[in-house]
Amino acid sequence: MTTLEVEALSAGPNRQRTPVPRPPTPQAETVLTVDGLTVGTARADLVIDVSIEVRAGETLCLVGESGCGKSLTCLAAMGLTPEPLTRKAGQISFLGDDLSRLNENQLADIRGRDMAMIFQDAMAALNPVRRVGMQIAEVLVVHRGLTWRQAEKQAIDLLASVEIADPQSRAKAYPHQLSGGMCQRVMIAMALACRPKLLIADEATTALDVTTQAQILKLMRELQAETGAAMIFVTHDLGVVAEIADRVAVMYSGRVVENAVVDDLFEGPQHPYTRGLMACRLHAASESHGRIAAIEGTVPSPARRPEGCSFRLRCPHAAEQCIEPPALRPVRGGHWAACHFAGDFA
Amino acid sequence: MRLQFILAKLTRGCLTLLLAVTFVFIVLRVSGDPVAMMLPDDTPPAIVAEYRAAWGLDRSLPEQYVRYIWSAVQGDLGYSFRDDRPALEVVLERVPMTLLLGLSGFAITVVVGLVTGIAAALKRGTGIDHAAMAFSIFGHSMPNFFLAILMILLFSMMWRVLPSSGGATWWHLILPAVTLGIINAGTVARFTRSSMLEVLHQPYMRTARAKGLKLTRRVVAHAIPNAAIPVVTVLGLRLGSLIAGAVVVETVFAWPGIGLMLVNAVGQRDLPVVQTIVLLVALTMVLTNFIVDLTYGWLDPRIETREAKEDR
Ligand SMILES: Nc1ncnc2c1ncn2[C@@H]1O[C@H](COP(=O)(O)OP(=O)(O)OP(=O)(O)O)[C@@H](O)[C@H]1O
Ligand code: SF4
Ligand SMILES: [Mg+2]
Repeated sequence: MTTLEVEALSAGPNRQRTPVPRPPTPQAETVLTVDGLTVGTARADLVIDVSIEVRAGETLCLVGESGCGKSLTCLAAMGLTPEPLTRKAGQISFLGDDLSRLNENQLADIRGRDMAMIFQDAMAALNPVRRVGMQIAEVLVVHRGLTWRQAEKQAIDLLASVEIADPQSRAKAYPHQLSGGMCQRVMIAMALACRPKLLIADEATTALDVTTQAQILKLMRELQAETGAAMIFVTHDLGVVAEIADRVAVMYSGRVVENAVVDDLFEGPQHPYTRGLMACRLHAASESHGRIAAIEGTVPSPARRPEGCSFRLRCPHAAEQCIEPPALRPVRGGHWAACHFAGDFA
Repeated sequence: MRLQFILAKLTRGCLTLLLAVTFVFIVLRVSGDPVAMMLPDDTPPAIVAEYRAAWGLDRSLPEQYVRYIWSAVQGDLGYSFRDDRPALEVVLERVPMTLLLGLSGFAITVVVGLVTGIAAALKRGTGIDHAAMAFSIFGHSMPNFFLAILMILLFSMMWRVLPSSGGATWWHLILPAVTLGIINAGTVARFTRSSMLEVLHQPYMRTARAKGLKLTRRVVAHAIPNAAIPVVTVLGLRLGSLIAGAVVVETVFAWPGIGLMLVNAVGQRDLPVVQTIVLLVALTMVLTNFIVDLTYGWLDPRIETREAKEDR
């Protein structure tokens, strides 16, 4: 991992928080800042007070169990909060612009050109009745003003760059004629078409087999190094995190509960939930046959979170004061955790 | 599209035709004697018998049927009882008028149905949506003869702006075409709306937004091509039934097409003419169905693969 970029700090919690410490060294440009984001319906909050930040060339991994709000955070960052949900609080700024100040047309100009997203299920995310080459070319026609002929040609080059064999004929294929892995590559090619400054990959590799996953990760890293894009990479695979992340934000039940540079996180996780995740991973790795250890219990539903720390009912360290919600606070430089006992764990 | 698939469709189409023709043939023969209908009550039995023999009605039903089918296959649909000309010739004279009415009605159905349906889906839950759905229910539940009469009352009698009967000028086309179009547009609008709504919620529509496409492009290039697939089926079926619907509308507006002719021919027991019209109507339905199937494969690239898989 390159050290300079890794030192980039993510934003901490919101409103009544301590100010985000800035390191003295000059930094790469901040691409996206999400500050105190809360997304939900009138009845329940699904994403609560999430603050993250990514800089050019940096990769932030979002990890957490299913349903903890990773995808919603990503969608909100694109200004695509799905109905009937709304952004109830918080600010998202992209390259210095407050997204909520932009109208739908201005957002459309940014999306696909400066910020792009790769979706969880690539096959479903591609239009089934349009040829994939056309779907890639479209981005170039709309944002770069190319003619269709030029754009289709460039689409073929893009397909080649994501290592699709025989790109000419693949460009003419429909999504159902391609494998899941190939659709994923098409999505990546589409997302990278305009060399965006921010790439959001929502479980881009989860559905793929191990070999394809490794290839695609490698490819994304190379392309990122080439374009210097900031990347948010959603996954619940800690192996992938170790491979690709510079910084990690761990989410639990709608909140960021820990946020640290990847090495710090793996060396000394400070939130019991993160520690649980790590333990699962070690168990899974060591006892290949035995039962995979998991954190006891299940994630509370957004409408019925326990009072205080929402991890309280599953936490092995839960104590009396956990009835009070713990704030996300710095443990040491650039390492934040939302637990009353953060910093006490070895 | 593979040859086997086309052959299967064609065979099914021919069977449908045969069924329709047979059904009408039997119903017509058991429901009354054409000779008795045509000739005065006091006609001498000898003359009646002569007519019966001339029209082939003296033979047994199975024999009549076999002869009819045999000559029909050779293109001979018999002579009109009234007109003493080949029934096909008599009917074909009127076909252009029905096509004109049917296609004008169809064009109105397509334009009004699609625009209403798409607008309702895009403006879901708003006044536009409610108005569109009210219109759809109106079109769907209103019997066509009733709407036809209503149109005449309003436009021909109250406001006196449009002619209500006959087919002499283009003005005469407006009321029957609009009646026919509106009745079918309701169903098409409802179908288009639900098809669009389903498509608008698909992940690829979110992708289109994430790509930075503006609304018009998302709707035209991404939503409509997908929503069109089921709508085309409904449109195809409508096109077929428009001809059938034209029968009623033609009667009310005295539009000189095959619909009006059919009603008259049934009344006069002109069996060859009735049979010819039924055959033509059934043929259009079968043909439109066939065309819809072909279009389907062209609109939805997944179909061919699916069919190939099923065959294996
Ligand atoms: N459109 C929506 N309307 C209502 N609730 C939603 C919507 N989308 C997501 N949710 C809910 O919000 C919560 C967070 O969803 P999200 O998709 O962000 O989870 P995730 O962390 O991405 O999970 P996964 O790993 O399964 O993708 C879940 O409880 C989910 O049921
Ligand atoms: S605050 Fe308490 S319950 Fe929550 S994670 Fe820390 S120890 Fe566990
Ligand atoms: Mg998700």
